[in-house]
Amino acid sequence: MLEKALKGSKTYWTWIAVLLGFITVGVICYIQQFNYGLGYTGMSRDVSWGVYIAQFTFLVGVAAGGVMVVLPYYLHDYKTFGRITVLGEFLAIGAVTMCLMFILADLGQPMRALNVLLHPTPNSMLFYDMIVLNGYLFLNIICGWVVLHSEYKGAPPPKWYKIFAYLSIPWAFSIHTVTAFLYAGLPGRDFWLTAVMAPRFLASAFAAGPSLLLLIAIILKRNTKFDIGEVAQNKLCTIITYAAVTNLFLVGCEFFTAYYSNIPGHMLTLDYLFWGIKEGTEVKNNLVPFMRFSMILNIIAIILMFLPQVRKDDSKLVPVLIAMFVSLWIDKGVGLVLGGFVPTPLEHITEYTPTLGEILITLGVWATGFLIITLLFKITVDVKVMREN
Amino acid sequence: MDMKRRDFLKIAGLTAIAGIGAPTAFSRLLKGEVDGGAAYASGGEGAAADSNRVRLGMVIDVKKFNQYKGLAQKCIDACHQIHNVPDYGNKKDEIKWLWQERYENAFPEHSHYRRNEELEKMYFLVSCNHCDNPPCVRACPTQATFKMKNGIVAMDYHRCIGCRFCMAACPYGARSFNWRDPRGRSADGRPFIAHVNPDFPTRMRGVVEKCNFCVERLAEGLPPKCVEVASPVKAMIFGDLNDPNSEISRILRSRFTIQRKPALGTHPSLFYLI
Repeated sequence: MLEKALKGSKTYWTWIAVLLGFITVGVICYIQQFNYGLGYTGMSRDVSWGVYIAQFTFLVGVAAGGVMVVLPYYLHDYKTFGRITVLGEFLAIGAVTMCLMFILADLGQPMRALNVLLHPTPNSMLFYDMIVLNGYLFLNIICGWVVLHSEYKGAPPPKWYKIFAYLSIPWAFSIHTVTAFLYAGLPGRDFWLTAVMAPRFLASAFAAGPSLLLLIAIILKRNTKFDIGEVAQNKLCTIITYAAVTNLFLVGCEFFTAYYSNIPGHMLTLDYLFWGIKEGTEVKNNLVPFMRFSMILNIIAIILMFLPQVRKDDSKLVPVLIAMFVSLWIDKGVGLVLGGFVPTPLEHITEYTPTLGEILITLGVWATGFLIITLLFKITVDVKVMREN
Repeated sequence: MDMKRRDFLKIAGLTAIAGIGAPTAFSRLLKGEVDGGAAYASGGEGAAADSNRVRLGMVIDVKKFNQYKGLAQKCIDACHQIHNVPDYGNKKDEIKWLWQERYENAFPEHSHYRRNEELEKMYFLVSCNHCDNPPCVRACPTQATFKMKNGIVAMDYHRCIGCRFCMAACPYGARSFNWRDPRGRSADGRPFIAHVNPDFPTRMRGVVEKCNFCVERLAEGLPPKCVEVASPVKAMIFGDLNDPNSEISRILRSRFTIQRKPALGTHPSLFYLI
């Protein structure tokens, strides 16, 4: 079955070459970081996590989002999604791989990463995160591969795999819940110390993950003979819309609690993210344009998703999906993690700007993830097209 | 009886591991070992929660530090010198174990309209609080940071993977990370550690570090370095919080002290005499 990834059009190979280019640059930068230390990045004593952990957090969501096509198929026997469950699972594989790579890139002593297994510590949320992420990767590899390989062979999939498929559903919720708990259980970081962190993570994940999946599906429709079908596409649009609405609602709840209670600790980070904070005579506001852009873009995308003429026309739907994905990426992949460090627990304001090398490593990891997704989707599409004709 | 007590502590320890710390303190209350007030002072995690054990703490006399200008900086320099704390000369890579903050930063939740003018001008020595209920120990995925039986929150630099979860967890900003090689030199050839103290290990890049209450000096029967430097004017008092006859206990009983962020339930072991 793997041979399917080796035969492709010129566009396919160009895309692979572009990804490999980014990966190479990323690897070179990572070697520099490895030799110098994490001071290679823009992180500091006050902002001790940066884009790596932010990307990790966002991508856990993308991985979990795949469950939005798996769940209806297995739990509600929603046959229309039968043809794309494998795509959801393979998207999750790519996303979880990126998560693990971002964690490794962020470690000060990556050679000691296995200490987490050597000295298991059940009171640390990172311990559980390690279990759920690796478990989820494993479950998706099994389910996706078994189903696709059976299809390739022209036989019904073995029954045993269903246990793993059912298990992967609560597991998807667990990965993003545990990731939210990394943040939501820390005293002294008021911006993160909120019970709606996990629900909000899930809601944004169920909008961002399916958005990316649908975007890729539309690309496949244009370039290959594989079409997920209008019904499945509409259903995905509905899922994305309501997940995004739920997320926006929860964001609104955060704003209410902070500003109505008027408790400084709860307001300060939101002040910094959306208006900027004055320290002395200087206004610190480097994330304000991003956060405002994200918020406006998200609201516009949600409104447009409700319009039937947008949903039914791919050329209009594509930009809206991109807007949705980008707005959620800024919200979680930039604002949420970086915001938690501003102000510091001692109420100093230290800003963070990633370095070029840090950005190139980040792009390299994204490129690796997309390479995995590309290869897996290429195989899937070829197998499906072969069977369906 | 002994056996039963041990079993009880075991169960209590397990429940604490499961994230429910209360039963340990509760078990001590049951046995009548402590009154409610002392339970608050020592309500930590796991087997260490025992008022019979030593719990080291420190009182910082802020007035004295402001009376004797330059004393605080002497304490800081002495601490950083004996512990091989590197100086990179920039804020981004900065490592500090002991440093000074203004009142509004050391006690941000205390800020209010029209504060005492003297207080506004004061500086406060801050460092790791050696919490009895340390969030950093809870967060660490490898037990590289752990609580010792005497209450010190310690670090194993050789086990730390550099994930910096502890830095996010600490509500006092007490932890520093080695963003680069502390044993190296700056571009103009200046070593980051001016004079290496051979009696204490230097660290490598990629690990977290912080104040260790001079555990290496305590082992030799010496007080923490900062306490020693401040001793001529008795600006810092160090001792066992659980010993009712210790000097620190007497001070805490008779004088009004404050702590940093007590509402978070971390139970710091550092107290401030204002």
